[in-house]
Amino acid sequence: MSTLVLLTVTGLGLAALYFLVASGLSLIFGLMGVLNFAHGAFLTIGAYGTWWAAENLPGAGASGWGFVLAVAFGVAVGTLVAALVELALIRPLYERHIEQVLVTVGLSLAMVALVRAIWGADPRPFPAPDWAKDTTSLLGANVPNDRFLLVGSAVVVLLAVLAFLRFTRFGLVIRAGVENRSMVTALGIDVRRAFTLVFAIGGAFAALAGALGGVYLGSISPGQGTSLLIFAFIVVVIGGMSSITGAAVAAVLVGLVQQFANYYAASGVGDLSVVLLLAVVLLTRPGGLTARVA
Amino acid sequence: MSRNLTRLAPLAVLVVLAVLPYSTLQIPGLFDGVLNSPGTLQLLALCLVFGGVALSYDLLFGFTGLLSFGHALYFAAGTYVANLALTELGWGLGAALALTTAVGIALPLLVGGVALRVSGIAFSMVTLATAQVGSIVVLRDPGGLTGGEEGLALDRGNVPDVFVGVLNTVNVYWLALAYLAVVYAVVAWVTGSRAGRVWQAIRENERRVEVLGLRPYDFKLVVFVLAGLLAALGGVVHLLLLGGSTPRTTTADFTLGLLVMVVLGGAGSRWGAVLGGVLYTYLDSRLTDLASSPAVQDLPAWLRVPLSEPLFLLGSLFVLVVFFVPGGIAGVVARLRERRSGRRPGDGGLPPGRVVEQLREQVGAGYGGAPRDGV
Repeated sequence: MSTLVLLTVTGLGLAALYFLVASGLSLIFGLMGVLNFAHGAFLTIGAYGTWWAAENLPGAGASGWGFVLAVAFGVAVGTLVAALVELALIRPLYERHIEQVLVTVGLSLAMVALVRAIWGADPRPFPAPDWAKDTTSLLGANVPNDRFLLVGSAVVVLLAVLAFLRFTRFGLVIRAGVENRSMVTALGIDVRRAFTLVFAIGGAFAALAGALGGVYLGSISPGQGTSLLIFAFIVVVIGGMSSITGAAVAAVLVGLVQQFANYYAASGVGDLSVVLLLAVVLLTRPGGLTARVA
Repeated sequence: MSRNLTRLAPLAVLVVLAVLPYSTLQIPGLFDGVLNSPGTLQLLALCLVFGGVALSYDLLFGFTGLLSFGHALYFAAGTYVANLALTELGWGLGAALALTTAVGIALPLLVGGVALRVSGIAFSMVTLATAQVGSIVVLRDPGGLTGGEEGLALDRGNVPDVFVGVLNTVNVYWLALAYLAVVYAVVAWVTGSRAGRVWQAIRENERRVEVLGLRPYDFKLVVFVLAGLLAALGGVVHLLLLGGSTPRTTTADFTLGLLVMVVLGGAGSRWGAVLGGVLYTYLDSRLTDLASSPAVQDLPAWLRVPLSEPLFLLGSLFVLVVFFVPGGIAGVVARLRERRSGRRPGDGGLPPGRVVEQLREQVGAGYGGAPRDGV
């Protein structure tokens, strides 16, 4: 029983990470039709920004409010970089999707290489508040607290995004844009502002995922973003490309499948079964879980 | 350039490259030693191999419009399968090659069979995910077979002596050149064939191909398998060249590198893709040397740090090319030719989101021109 609980909570923690990365990806894809390969780089930037702030920023540190400040700094850097990328590189290629994807590919290579050049390729120990390293007893299992931190953050982000999309004017524009962009443009609304906003939001979530991923894994390295990104892509596709709730459901599914298969079969089988899951979902419902079946 | 000269150009290049090892030219700046020194030949051979692999990727991306993110899987399968056959099973090179060919057909057939059921971005994702599985399997080192992160050294006992040792680098160079020539010939032949026309039609307008009564799925599967097989064979040459397999060839970054090569050279152009692969590999190697050179080490930190990572420079260069040089090197050449022949230069206004469209006519001109769509 305790193993079951531990696996479930750990799987949910992993799902939370995937969801944080995938939510931004699916928003960007839904609105702009761009598959953002630079998302993994945003994640790396957020992780390194948090790590840097915890060491160097006055008032920030590895515990309590200092850690919150450090994470806020990392998220702010990620948001800023993402918004700048959109303004400087994605916007001029308006409506040229393949080229936009190519630019994000080049960016992901260049940004990760830059981080590697500055801080080296070796993993760095990541600051984590003490309580995150402790365990809480839950149904007889000793669950590390960082899992709850991950799940909690993901739930807050999910609710915040849904509220933002549902109750604000910008959210309305984004939802309408995902539905039918040319119509929104024809109604005289400048969709490009929404693009920048969506990119910034996606960058913020990716940076948050980077910081929390650092807590979860205990260390950060430049290549970390890429491996998380691939599973986030899988989550996005299973969830149905442009649906936030779909991404959330798919993230939980992928996280749990991965954890349980890795434990009960053999290490590495989890990653295999995730790809199998992707194949099965795509063959049965080519549009993903949330696709409307005509 | 007249049509006949264009026909003969690849042959002329092949001849020049074939006699290159007999030259003792010293090209300061470009290469460290004389042209036929083992180090230089090794670098040139690497460039040629990647020219061929980039061309196999272009067959998918440039000619058929299939954006696969999993091409690394087949290249890596080539090096690891051949390596295991030679080292673990103790087979000869011929048998290893036969096994690699079988795997190089079966694997893309399996992956493509599933991935091509969906199209567009979903296809890219499925190929990315399957390639990631390959990468994970290699890193997990099942049964100590793949060597994990260390890579897998090649036991040279079963390799013919002509490919072993520094003195025989020239033979490996010729092998790489032969590989490139074979890939080039195969690609030239298939893209000029009727199937090649259908692939181009699929790139331009898949719905229309379907309406004409052809099944795009079958055609796409054939090109997917062919590109995978050519990449796997490239993996074998790479193995003989480096004397081992490295897990770096299994990563998504490796596939992205191929994509960068093809776009640099010009997607949808045969010689463009080859040139892109050669240039990228050369730059990657030389920039790595440059990073450790004393000239760079003495620079101030803000210059030294970016220069120490070739990928940073190549990634930035790639972004610039996508932005300012549509169609890559081949695109530039095509525009220059248009200008020379006095035709009105193309307005450069690419249809939205198509890298390769602009090259359609120039590339098609090599083999009688592709049927134009009404769109």
